[in-house]
Amino acid sequence: MKQKFDINRFKDNAFKYFGIACTLFGLAVLSVFLINILIEGLGRLNWQFFTSLPSRKPEKAGILICLLGSIWIMFLTALIAVPLGVASGIFLEEYGKKNKFASFIEINISNLAGVPSIIYGLLALEIFVRILGLGKSLLAGSLTLSLLILPIIIVSTREAIKAVPKSIREASYALGATRWQTIWFQVLPAASGGLLTGVILAISRAVGESAPLIVIGALLYITTIPTSPMDDFAVMPIQIFNWLSRPQKGFIENATAAIIVLLLITFMMNGLAIYLRNRWQKKIKW
Amino acid sequence: MVNKKEKIIESILMLCATVSVLTTIGILWVLISESSSFFSKVSIKDFLTDTQWTPLFAEKHFGILPLISGTLLTTFIAILIALPTGLSIAIYLNEYAPKRFRKIVKPLLEVLAAIPTVVYGYFALMVVTPFLQKFIPDMAGFNALSPGIVMGIMIIPIISSLSEDALYSVPKALREASYGMGATRLQTSFKVLVPAATSGITVSIILAISRAIGETMIVAIAAGQQPRLTLNPLVPIETITTYIVQVSLGDVVQGSLEYQTIFAAGIALFVLTFILNNISYFIKKKFQEKYE
Amino acid sequence: MVKDNNMGKLHAEKVNVYYGDHHIIKDVNLSIQENTVTAFIGPSGCGKSTFLRLLNRMNDYIENFRKTGDILIDGNDIYDKKVRVEELRKRVGMVFQKPNPFPKTIYENVVYGLRIQGIKDKSKLDKVVEDSLKQVALWNEVKDKLHQSALALSGGQQQRLCIARTIAVEPTIILMDEPASALDPISSAKIEDLISELKEKFTIIIVTHNMQQASRVSDKTAFFYLGELVEYGATDQIFTKPVKELTQNYITGRFG
Ligand SMILES: Nc1ncnc2c1ncn2[C@@H]1O[C@H](COP(=O)(O)OP(=O)(O)OP(=O)(O)O)[C@@H](O)[C@H]1O
Ligand SMILES: [Mg+2]
Repeated sequence: MKQKFDINRFKDNAFKYFGIACTLFGLAVLSVFLINILIEGLGRLNWQFFTSLPSRKPEKAGILICLLGSIWIMFLTALIAVPLGVASGIFLEEYGKKNKFASFIEINISNLAGVPSIIYGLLALEIFVRILGLGKSLLAGSLTLSLLILPIIIVSTREAIKAVPKSIREASYALGATRWQTIWFQVLPAASGGLLTGVILAISRAVGESAPLIVIGALLYITTIPTSPMDDFAVMPIQIFNWLSRPQKGFIENATAAIIVLLLITFMMNGLAIYLRNRWQKKIKW
Repeated sequence: MVNKKEKIIESILMLCATVSVLTTIGILWVLISESSSFFSKVSIKDFLTDTQWTPLFAEKHFGILPLISGTLLTTFIAILIALPTGLSIAIYLNEYAPKRFRKIVKPLLEVLAAIPTVVYGYFALMVVTPFLQKFIPDMAGFNALSPGIVMGIMIIPIISSLSEDALYSVPKALREASYGMGATRLQTSFKVLVPAATSGITVSIILAISRAIGETMIVAIAAGQQPRLTLNPLVPIETITTYIVQVSLGDVVQGSLEYQTIFAAGIALFVLTFILNNISYFIKKKFQEKYE
Repeated sequence: MVKDNNMGKLHAEKVNVYYGDHHIIKDVNLSIQENTVTAFIGPSGCGKSTFLRLLNRMNDYIENFRKTGDILIDGNDIYDKKVRVEELRKRVGMVFQKPNPFPKTIYENVVYGLRIQGIKDKSKLDKVVEDSLKQVALWNEVKDKLHQSALALSGGQQQRLCIARTIAVEPTIILMDEPASALDPISSAKIEDLISELKEKFTIIIVTHNMQQASRVSDKTAFFYLGELVEYGATDQIFTKPVKELTQNYITGRFG
């Protein structure tokens, strides 16, 4: 029998290559970007760059203040957002299953997760900066970012708790444990891997965020190292934005070098999160 | 006594959960109260129909349309890039790719979503625009096209990941029925899987749109600050988010009309994304019921 | 209510259970004597687990759950408002169908019930671990790896660990829901031996689908069908000359 040209098989294969092309397109663009950044910025990365204060001369400027600012923000935000988010997640998953209030909160959180970050900036400008009088301080910035990442932490807490099998809970109840004892001694330890993954991803998001901080006025030329939560501050993304908006070539180079540092922080956090997630997923085969 | 402790713990947890409600109330209150003073000076009709947005100039116009058109233009370009690419990736990974390949590629693609947006802004301004200018000589240094493209690349993983999850959760039986009748992978994907996963895919697209509308740094860095009512992707424009950034960077006196404009712009942005988010939430809820 | 000797250790009176509109347990009356083994048998879905879980209030967290009638243990209504459900569960332990050790060490599994009662005394805990593991004949197998993960044990060992964990709290009643059904025949036989021994100290109620098992380990047998308690009596009598035809049909395997 003569083999007829099969148009369907041809299309099928054509799509396969198209799919590969699309997948590689994403990855290729990613690589081009990264290589470009390395070429442009690696030369600027030296000790002076890490230890210098901002300066009006690009070759004298450094990231000391904004790097420390980002680290401050990271810890303060974690300190505020993690307990709040995990507690809300526990409440919604373990206590509030069937009541109206809980399902109201749930719709609400899903909405908050979709609110553009800059809107959080407007909220913070009015509430934290003006009404509470926190000014453009680290505390105001961390509170802003905490609200921003709260939905992420809540959602991932719930996912992690959901993955803990019912049998573990039942075993604990059957031994006379109270609800909270069961959560504290069994559910949370068993969910810890997933929980940690979510928390790290959320904080990594906060570290890369700049729009809401610009709105609260954190784009400042400061030359003192922040030592308390009430101090003014700068963070890496904002410094990068600042440098990018200057015309001199030297500042653009500074921006690329700072981008390398920021990406390094982001990738390390994401890598850690993925590693923890994989390890946890392997472990939870009860 | 132990019971009391349990009650106290439950109350504390509930209190924490209330914070998210307070956040929403706070957002609504701030946006509404500040923009109501704005709307006491500028009529809603002007706001919605005037074709110029010049609050910072001597001759002030307060028409939001140029900002909305700027926002929608960049969003449209982004979706034009992200939708076909993201959906093709989803179908390819779900139906064609070897398991190992899929396992490596998925997290790599998700890296795209983890990169801080200010970095994308740099790419748009310093890499993509100069590259495009080689082919389109009369393209301006600030324009809608290149931030749109870069934004599109950024949201590819939103569409590809969520759509893949949706395709994956289509019951095995449906897929096998299609293969059993001699359909190719392509036919099975487009005639059976994609229709069955429509709601999940729609949700992913809506989320991507909403994300693009609210994106700030990429457009603030690379799209310019010139509100204009145009569909031309080669000239500088301004989005709602960029305008808020622009005002925040200047020294605007609190309580002045200029100050209030960012809340008016904010409410327009909020309404746009709020509608999209709720559509996707309800589709998602319905979708869950169908398969559970 | 006054304690009446005929009511025994555990007494259920006119118990009904509903899940939403579904009437699951229908007018069950039952008395169980101290230090006996009672087997619950019946076809799948007839309500054995539901009834069993009623006895330590494990159904409390289920949505739409509703019960009427009284369940008394030692003459006291366990659904009384004043009863603390955690206290009840310390007295009425439960072993589940699938072994469900906590993802912790063997040692921590056994002492969990005591730890949550606030007992910290190391020597006391050590002693309880040894005693409990010896009682379930697991001590020799695990005494060198008490601080390794319980998940590394075999299924049969895990189930015995779960029993040890339950008796460490010193309950008076132990409820077992098909405790051997997920195990191999040898592990299953070990559990049966164990049940016969534990009878000395505890009142045991066991749900099983295995008729031989029921006849081997139990003193009394209760046959449930579609939520009703069809027949209840000495195991010998139930298996040799049941009064009801339904029981006869079930134990001879004519349905189920
Ligand atoms: N949480 C629940 N909500 C609603 N109905 C339930 C619930 N749990 C059980 N049921 C129903 O109650 C009935 C009795 O279930 P139960 O688990 O007590 O049966 P069983 O006799 O233990 O069965 P098996 O031998 O299969 O374990 C079944 O029809 C079941 O579908
Ligand atoms: Mg059962």
